[in-house]
Amino acid sequence: MTTTVATAQEGTDSPYALSHLDALESEAVHIFREVAGEFERPVILFSGGKDSIVMLHLALKAFAPAAIPFSLLHVDTGHNFPEVLEYRDRTVDRHGLRLHVASVQDYIDRGVLKERPDGTRNPLQTLPLTEKIQAEKFDAVFGGGRRDEEKARAKERVFSLRDEFSQWDPRRQRPELWNLYNGRHAPGEHVRVFPLSNWTELDVWQYIAREHIELPEIYFAHEREVFARSGMWLTAGEWGGPKNGETVEKRLVRYRTVGDMSCTGAVDSDAVTLEQVITEIAASRLTERGATRADDKMSEAAMEDRKREGYF
Amino acid sequence: MTTTTELTETTLLRFATAGSVDDGKSTLVGRLLHDSKSILTDQLEAVERASAGRGAEGPDLALLTDGLRAEREQGITIDVAYRYFATPKRRFILADTPGHVQYTRNMVTGASTAELTVILIDARNGVVEQTRRHAALAALLRVPHVVLAVNKMDLVDYQESVFAAIAEEFTAYALELGVPEVTAIPISALAGDNVVDASATMDWYGGPTVLEHLETVPVAHDLSHCHARLPVQYVIRPQTAEHPDYRGYAGQIAAGSFRVGEQITVLPSGRSTKIAGIDLLGEPVDVAWTTQSVTLLLEDDIDISRGDLIVPSKDAPPTTQDIEATVCHVADAPLTVGHRVLLKHGTRTVKALVKDIPSRLTLSDLSLHPHPGQLVANDIGRVKIRTAEPLPVDSYADSRRTGSFILIDPNDGTTLTAGMVGESFASPEPVKDESDDDGWDF
Repeated sequence: MTTTVATAQEGTDSPYALSHLDALESEAVHIFREVAGEFERPVILFSGGKDSIVMLHLALKAFAPAAIPFSLLHVDTGHNFPEVLEYRDRTVDRHGLRLHVASVQDYIDRGVLKERPDGTRNPLQTLPLTEKIQAEKFDAVFGGGRRDEEKARAKERVFSLRDEFSQWDPRRQRPELWNLYNGRHAPGEHVRVFPLSNWTELDVWQYIAREHIELPEIYFAHEREVFARSGMWLTAGEWGGPKNGETVEKRLVRYRTVGDMSCTGAVDSDAVTLEQVITEIAASRLTERGATRADDKMSEAAMEDRKREGYF
Repeated sequence: MTTTTELTETTLLRFATAGSVDDGKSTLVGRLLHDSKSILTDQLEAVERASAGRGAEGPDLALLTDGLRAEREQGITIDVAYRYFATPKRRFILADTPGHVQYTRNMVTGASTAELTVILIDARNGVVEQTRRHAALAALLRVPHVVLAVNKMDLVDYQESVFAAIAEEFTAYALELGVPEVTAIPISALAGDNVVDASATMDWYGGPTVLEHLETVPVAHDLSHCHARLPVQYVIRPQTAEHPDYRGYAGQIAAGSFRVGEQITVLPSGRSTKIAGIDLLGEPVDVAWTTQSVTLLLEDDIDISRGDLIVPSKDAPPTTQDIEATVCHVADAPLTVGHRVLLKHGTRTVKALVKDIPSRLTLSDLSLHPHPGQLVANDIGRVKIRTAEPLPVDSYADSRRTGSFILIDPNDGTTLTAGMVGESFASPEPVKDESDDDGWDF
């Protein structure tokens, strides 16, 4: 690819201005390398969703031609989409990576966590995640969170310190000056690192298109058995839907985010190519989370509260 | 490469806003987001729901930007938030910083990465103390472009004379401080004059709207006069059958450009060699420039590790253990003379000692308070620091990336202080004071 040629912008900008995708890519690579240089045991949260897929792609570029000096960690809610798990395992094999899995189902089976009445398992991820971080002594945990997703995330730092209980205290965040990231932490504490902080949903999709990155099929329009709940199309399945009064129907849908089946909704769509997806998102009047996430709607501070407890 | 991405690859502008509580900053930010269609239906609905829940009559747009529970409870912005919006011409990252005087550190944080600052003024009040503070901070942080948005023009009958007087007073003050460029724009954020659309009322104004200016201001500079600098972040050594001898020095170019074949020197060791190759994230290139993340391959196998600085041999900065800087203290606990700290400069973190605090600056009138003994949160002052190892530092005036540093508390890792090396308008005394500059005399 003619990256250097593509970066040169015409018009008012000098030939040394980077395109927005090149600028974001360069910044994210800088963040990956800072962590590799300063931490002992970093790990990348990898769900098989598009943001973590882009993170992995950036990490591969950051250390090429060497291997990524990090392992991967997936919090498996037990209600994941089979296509996404298949993608996850294939990707891990292809790049010769090491995958850690923290399983919500294990916690439920052992009686440590209790299924919620509403069936959503998103809030249940926090304990398996934080215990895995402590058990493996991970000191830096990469997340694909973006500040454009949610107003609490808009306040998130690129390097975000978590205490020994993995808690986030938004009032005690370190100011982030220039690109001088401060990764100091005490034993037991860790730093959450967000290389995609400054990316928007559209940037992610444009980058996926530019770099020809393969995604799980559920991101593209396909016929699927779904039912309506809380204004969203949820995939029918053994996880707990449909319930009384809810009826299954076949619809042409795609997913904008990939998460737990119980709270991640599909959107009606006929976009089957990356170009069509990008056009659809650019025209959408709903945010990614507003369209497809039930858990953020629980209260005005749902995300902030979960993040405080250690959620990513 | 696909057609869609080609059509929509644009440039990125990082900018910050500065304004007092009642200058209409939230309204301006809200209008920029709203009129660029960056507020989506569900976000607006959430704001409407929350506003109604509080008994407000209309949607309170500040709820869009005040993301934390404590901010909503207190109705104030307590921290920098980052906003994203786009037009067909450019992508924007807005560092939305609170205007309260006690949050100077947040303005410094927002401005440190900004290419442009929008300073808001209430046309009825003109240039006030807070305006001078904002201008001084923009000058101190060397933000390349400053926009003076004279707001609430609707409340002064859109009079050209009011705008002209304010613009003239501010521009004279800002230029004196060393602000390189000021663009003054008369606006009404509430009515929408000259924010996104040109004002129908102020036909005497022939300049750009705020958004037009944001879309066209240059985001990269002429690199021919820049000192090239590459802080080494990480050494890439695959040691695989395919790449048995690959040894690359990875980093983000902090300033200037590097070219294959160029003679370079590694600091602080001072060893020299030539650039044998440049990898731009896996692709070989002949030349690379700021802010690209690259990997340099060198002709000779010399000892280089994280923390070193690669520079052109003909343009190497001096290395020193004595740094004089203007700093903004950002931590709650004070910075005192004798404080033992860590100093992070580029990719290198070294032990350091605060030798002296010659002065503290009063931002409103730029007066200097000599030997304050300590700096507390939000204070700006001059500091002399001795480092345990020599560092290759540039003047902040020459290079924002290699002329800046942070101080860190070695005990708990707190970020204490933001530092800018060299003289500034706030220099209280000749930087070179021969009489007491002979080393460890504290």
